[in-house]
Amino acid sequence: MKLHEYQSKDIFNTFQIPIPRGRLASTPEEAKLIAEELGGPVVLKAQVLTGGRGKAGGIRLVRSAEEAEEVASKILGRNIKGIPILRLLVEEAVNIQQEIYFGMTVDRDNGQTLMIASAEGGIDIEEIARISPEKIIKVGIDPLLGLLDFQARNLATEIEISRKLWRPFILMAQNLYSAYENIDATLVEINPLVITERSQLIALDGKITIDDNALFRHPEFLDKRDTSAEAPEESEARKFGLTYVKLNGQIGCLVNGAGLAMATMDIIKHHGGQPANFLDIGGGASAEKVAAALRILLADSRVNTVLINIFGGITRCDEVAHGILQTINSMETDIPFIIRLVGTNEREGQQILSEAHCQTAQTLQEAAEKAVAYSHERLP
Amino acid sequence: MTILINENTRLLVQGITGHEGRFHSEQMLAYGTNIVAGVTPGKGGEWVLKGKIPVFDSVRAAVEVTGANVSAIFVPSRFAGDAIMEAADAEIPLIVCITEGIPVKEMLQIKQVIRQKSAILIGPNSPGIISPPRTKVGIIPGNITKSGSVGIVSRSGTLTYEVVYALKQAGQGTSTCVGIGGDPVIGIDFIEILSFFEGDPQTEIIVLIGEIGGQDEEMAADYIANQITKPVIGFVAGQSAPADKRMGHAGAIIERGKGTADIKIKALRNAGVQVVKYPEEIPTILDSL
Repeated sequence: MKLHEYQSKDIFNTFQIPIPRGRLASTPEEAKLIAEELGGPVVLKAQVLTGGRGKAGGIRLVRSAEEAEEVASKILGRNIKGIPILRLLVEEAVNIQQEIYFGMTVDRDNGQTLMIASAEGGIDIEEIARISPEKIIKVGIDPLLGLLDFQARNLATEIEISRKLWRPFILMAQNLYSAYENIDATLVEINPLVITERSQLIALDGKITIDDNALFRHPEFLDKRDTSAEAPEESEARKFGLTYVKLNGQIGCLVNGAGLAMATMDIIKHHGGQPANFLDIGGGASAEKVAAALRILLADSRVNTVLINIFGGITRCDEVAHGILQTINSMETDIPFIIRLVGTNEREGQQILSEAHCQTAQTLQEAAEKAVAYSHERLP
Repeated sequence: MTILINENTRLLVQGITGHEGRFHSEQMLAYGTNIVAGVTPGKGGEWVLKGKIPVFDSVRAAVEVTGANVSAIFVPSRFAGDAIMEAADAEIPLIVCITEGIPVKEMLQIKQVIRQKSAILIGPNSPGIISPPRTKVGIIPGNITKSGSVGIVSRSGTLTYEVVYALKQAGQGTSTCVGIGGDPVIGIDFIEILSFFEGDPQTEIIVLIGEIGGQDEEMAADYIANQITKPVIGFVAGQSAPADKRMGHAGAIIERGKGTADIKIKALRNAGVQVVKYPEEIPTILDSL
């Protein structure tokens, strides 16, 4: 789960990481009011969960409260990469002397946390990695020991932070690590971390991703998920514990298991068809869950064929068959279903479906070929 | 010979009284696995599976009484990390975690502890291990495999079933099939399983099933090129997956242009691995070897 800049900065503030003064505005009037309170030049920052806000005109420096109101009225309601701008963060402008990249993330390949920094802050880290990879400094943090002061100090030396700022930098690194650990983040990023003309360290931007698997112990984030950047089907699917990713094709896929779901998409493409989605019903899905998955899948008007591929292990084919039957009986649809059920309780499952006049397939290849043929026939 | 599990396996099931734990313990027992104990804190003293298997409150007690040497974990995700730690603390040398959804930070710590204990952790988010014809630990359906000479290692669950089933349909058998798990941070990876297969006389051919995300397949390719003499067939799921979208498995995400199917397939091909376009092609390739 990705957090907005303003949400990330709230967390930074809780963990004593300095941020610019500012507040959130959802109308031009509010933007003006906040600018007046802050006094002096302010920055308006669109709160959308996508990169490249600056280039898209979503970050603007203004000189007065009146200008803040005027510019806010132009930005609010606009889209960046299709995502509507509903809120602006209005912040005091900061005099920048130096911009640094600073972040922490899970290093899956080595099973540790990586603390990453670069003296070349302010631009995309991938951009830094491309232009000058040697300028990215990485330090591994032992998950049992945590961040040690000397690691942060050595990092400060590497990115040439002046000696008098070592102490505040170490403190900031420790605070950021505490935040990262406490909220179960998989990524915390300050880019840029700025050194002001008065030699203060301030987090000018913030990006945090929380581990979805750890959300059960963070009820504080439950209502903070912004779904405006995702397809409505994706949000709907999440409510049922399903994983759905929208794609651009016509063959709706319902599969158990992520690997098999990907392989099913791949084989559809291999046979010349286009998958409409990735949909993993997970392990041990109930009939109700299967029915919900089919409802979500069929809500996509481009879907002209459905391919159900179940290889039962922890999932039982009879449960899936009940779910399919429920859907077929309750929905008026002429969309063909191609169904393949193999594995745990497959005979019971096939028995249940034998009443429903579905197309069945023995192998994945046969299922994919049939689905692609039906889908092509039904293309306008 | 097989790898990791065989007729000497004495299995302990953590979470044996739960819905999934009980169902799959019955399946494992019916397949022929020697289940010696179950653990559910608070239910010690009970007997389950038609009164055949004793339940203990702790892993340590279960090991002392029954000499269990492998543990399968079916505990819900919020307790599963603790269950792994408990098994490691009781010096169980092979721990197989079926549970999906353990927070990644917990896994970072677990991985360190497991290393110190020199235990082997398979998973989490693994379908388990099967050595046909009589031993399985986990949820891989027994009837879709038969004993043979193909060693299979995979990051996926059901996709693995697809492959062992296709092999069986074509009359080919499996030595051992291992699902290493679909999470970003897992216990042992491809490389260690590959090394076990290389040393296993029963295994003549190795099948590696990977998917998008991370660098495990790339590192495996490097290892295969230098250390593996047996032929390897590969498949990588997610060739049609978009970037930056988590494809179900927490580990299956193309981040920052890294870990795409194309990069992995190229690395495997460069290492001499025959990479197939879809799983059901594998038996045909095997026949041609």
